Parts: sequence; structure tokens; C-alpha cells
Amino acid sequence: MDKRTTEREAVGELRDGMTIGIGGWGSRRKPMSVVREILRSDLKDLTLVSYGGPDAGLLCKAGKVRRIIYGFVSLDSIPLEPHFRAVRQAGAVEAVELDEGMLQWGLYAAALRLPFLPTRAGLGSDVMTVNADWLRTVRSPYDDGEELVAVPAIELDAAFVHMNRADARGNAQFLGPDPYFDDLYCLAAKRRFVSCERLVETGDLLKGGSAHTLKLNRSMVDGVIEAPGGAHFTECPPDYGRDEAFQKEYAATAKDPDAWERFFETWLTLDSEADYQRRLKERA
Amino acid sequence: MSDASRAEVCAVAVAEVFRGDGERLASAFGAVPTIGARLARLTFEPDLLMTDGVAFLRADVPPLGAEAGDDAVVEGWLPFRSVFDLLWNGRRHVVMTASQIDRYGNHNFACIGPHEKPRAQLLGMRGAPGNTLCHPTSYWVPNHSSKVFVEKVDVVSGVGYDRARALGPAGRFHEIRRVVSNLGVFDFATPDNRMRLASLHPGVSVDEVVEQTGFELAIDGDVPPTRLPEAEELRLVREVLDPRGARDREVVG
Repeated sequence: MDKRTTEREAVGELRDGMTIGIGGWGSRRKPMSVVREILRSDLKDLTLVSYGGPDAGLLCKAGKVRRIIYGFVSLDSIPLEPHFRAVRQAGAVEAVELDEGMLQWGLYAAALRLPFLPTRAGLGSDVMTVNADWLRTVRSPYDDGEELVAVPAIELDAAFVHMNRADARGNAQFLGPDPYFDDLYCLAAKRRFVSCERLVETGDLLKGGSAHTLKLNRSMVDGVIEAPGGAHFTECPPDYGRDEAFQKEYAATAKDPDAWERFFETWLTLDSEADYQRRLKERA
Repeated sequence: MSDASRAEVCAVAVAEVFRGDGERLASAFGAVPTIGARLARLTFEPDLLMTDGVAFLRADVPPLGAEAGDDAVVEGWLPFRSVFDLLWNGRRHVVMTASQIDRYGNHNFACIGPHEKPRAQLLGMRGAPGNTLCHPTSYWVPNHSSKVFVEKVDVVSGVGYDRARALGPAGRFHEIRRVVSNLGVFDFATPDNRMRLASLHPGVSVDEVVEQTGFELAIDGDVPPTRLPEAEELRLVREVLDPRGARDREVVG
């Protein structure tokens, strides 16, 4: 089955109020071309699930997000995401802030179609009080009788991840050091989209890396988007590193509404991802 | 008389928190904790494991700032998908920074002010809740003051002794080993695990520590001085681990 699609078609499936998961980690291998497409859309009231980076900063800043489920939001080389900080400090999003491991557990529970997975992480901390309407505990039915956190399944309406290579059928490959949680996002979601740096023939996948790098198989993917440079400005090794200069410029706009306005006009009001990539080339 | 700077005394104090850890992953955040962990590895704790800050375990010990260098000797793979396995399995000791900490070691680096609308969003919960329940944790405070050492933290990200005790069996892996600040070293070796002044860095008085601490510390008798760096430790810190002197920008004096 040929699953090739575009950012516009994939994002066109989304509806206000949906829960979407975005793969990658911090400012690493984020499906930014999809994020840019969401920014072009009229979507609102989304619940965003993310090991957050600029995806979280941009979508929250642009008013697309009503609720965010996260463990942190960071730009890595800039430890605190300044746009996300501003949104939080304005009380403009509902924050379900979890321990990072709990977030993995919630996605894993959804992936396995379980109602929850137990853990000690969270007990005794204010994760339990600030998320009191969302988190419950469970007692071990065995002799130990230990009380544990029951991290609820985080079921996603749609998941978006960015990989280095994929074929048209949805087999996808990471070639960098870390697969992050991208497979869990896909397993936890009803609709699953992978964008990739380069579409290749199935028979060519192993030319880029060992079989261990084939993290997504086609049963986990509904749509494949070829998006060279699609992770920009986050890193996507070995294809490219983070565009630190661009990220710095993005971060600096948090302090200055005029600068944000200019940044948004220049980069985020373009008609298409192709225009964005063209403007990037002109800039270089 | 040692000519060690305050930052170098702190680095050795951080190294000491790892004494006896053996084959554990030593994680440290900040310049002084990173130097301290690597110093322990190069001297009395050669079996510690360390990451390159990305996804690999490094068998060699790089200088500060060269963690993910191309010349790394890789001895293992630790992507984020495996990190929580290792953490919740217990074979790690982390040194985290603290924006606030109370007398029982309850810790906050998530945000300042009410969580629903904080005055300052900081790091978020990150892994602190799970870390503190699953494996030994120590803290690093480069700017000891009553704004950091507080009566009550705004949000509990890392769990302290009073809260861990209240959990019963779920708290059995909880251990806050030590708090190292720019003024001294603190532990919880008291009957009810209240924070105790364990040692004073050279040139710091008990009065100064008390004045800069927002709660009552346990202080028993004459407080000993923090161990001074040995000549070989100073050489390793200055020539091998931090030739550019990042430590002295994190702690002045």
C-alpha cells in the first residue's frame, strides 16, 4: 500500500479538541514541518503530548493548545523554552506536568491497550497533588500490598514523528543515536504519521543502517510524508545538526513582542513547507 | 595550606558523595558536579558509569564540554528508552541542582509560585519524582541562601525524607545522600532525618551558614572542615577535567 501523503492532508484530518502526540525529544528530531502546518491551520483546543521542545513552545504560544501533558519543555542548548515559560506564567494552558518516566509509562499503557501501568515514580511528590484530578493510585494485589501510582493510558487521536528514512509503505528508520519514544507514540495513536528526510525503496533501507534502526514497521504507520529538512531547526543527525543560530533567534523573540511578530511573519505565515525551506536556503 | 579555590573544594565534596557507589551510573548536572563525578571516577571510584550526555556510555573520562566528542570510547548504549529501566532498577546516583530545598530534603526545580500559574516556570518535574524514590540522590547548590534553603518548597519535585517515610514500603529505596553547597556539606544523619551541617568549607563559619539558611539546621558540636583537595586531585581538576576554569564561574571565591 502506498501511504505517501502531505503535511496538509495529514493535518487536515485533525479536529479541534483532539489529543495529539509529537515524537522526538526536546529540540531533537521533531516533526517541525507538521508543527508548521498546524500553525497554518485554524485548529484550536488541542491536547499536546510531548517530551517538549519548540513544538510545545510554538503551538502553545500560537494558542493551539488547551492542555499539555509533558515532563519538561526544553531547547537543550537553551535549557528552558522561553515561549513555553511565558505561556505557563500567564496561566494560558492547562498543564499536566509528569515525571518523564511516567509519561513513557502512560504512552506504553496506551500502546498495550491497558488502562494504566503501575510505578513508584510520582509518589510523595507534588506530581500527585497538581494532577490530582488525573492520577490515582493502585494497591498491589500480591502479598507486598504496596501502593503504586496507576499512570493512566495516554491515548492519542494522532501521532506525528520524524525519521531519517522511510519507504512509501511506512517502514521507517532512525539513523541518529536515539529512537526516543517514537514507536510508543505510534502504537498509542489512532492515526499515525511519519515524516522523513528521504523516501527510499524498501530494499534500500538497510543501506543506511543496520536492521536495528528500523524502529517503525508499516503496521504502525498510516501516512508517510517526505519532508527534507522537516525537523528544522531541531537536530536530525546524521542528516543535519540543530540550527543553533535560528533557535537562538527564535528564543530571543520571547522577550520582545515586535521581534516575535517579525519572526512569525517571516517564517510561520508562509503558504507551504516548500516556501519555508526556500526561504531558509535564501537566508544561508 | 591548600591553595584550592572554593569551587575546587566543592568539586571534591561532590566527588565524595559517590564514594562506595561502585558500578552505578553517576549523573551530574552543573559544572562542579560534573567535575566532581569525573574526579571520583578517576580516583577512588573507578567503576562508576557515565554517559556522553546523548545516548552512549563512555569508558573514557573527557574534560568538561567535550562529552559528545568524536573520540569517545563507547562502552554501552543508553537511549532514553532504556534510561528509566536503569533508573527504576536503582543502579544510579544523581546530583541534581535545587532551586529550593527544605529541612527534610524536599526539593523543587519545577517552578516558583503556584503551579497552576507560576511566577517562574523552571525545569518542570523532569525525572526528580522517580529519581528520588528509586535511587540515591544528592543535591548541588552553588548559591547557598535562605531563598534556596527554605522552610517550605513551592512545589515538591524531589521527595524528601518525611514524605518518603509516609509512603511505607514504596519509600524503601529512597536515599538523599548529601547536599553540597558553596558554603558546606549537609547530610540527613539525624534521628528524624532532618538536614544536618556535616562540614564547613574553609573560611566559612557556622553563623554564616545559619544566617543563609531559612530553616533550623541540625548542628552537633564542633562541625568538622570539609576535606581539602589533595595535590593529585587539584592537578586532575585543573589540568585534565576543567582546564578552562568553568568551575570558578559557577562558584566564586
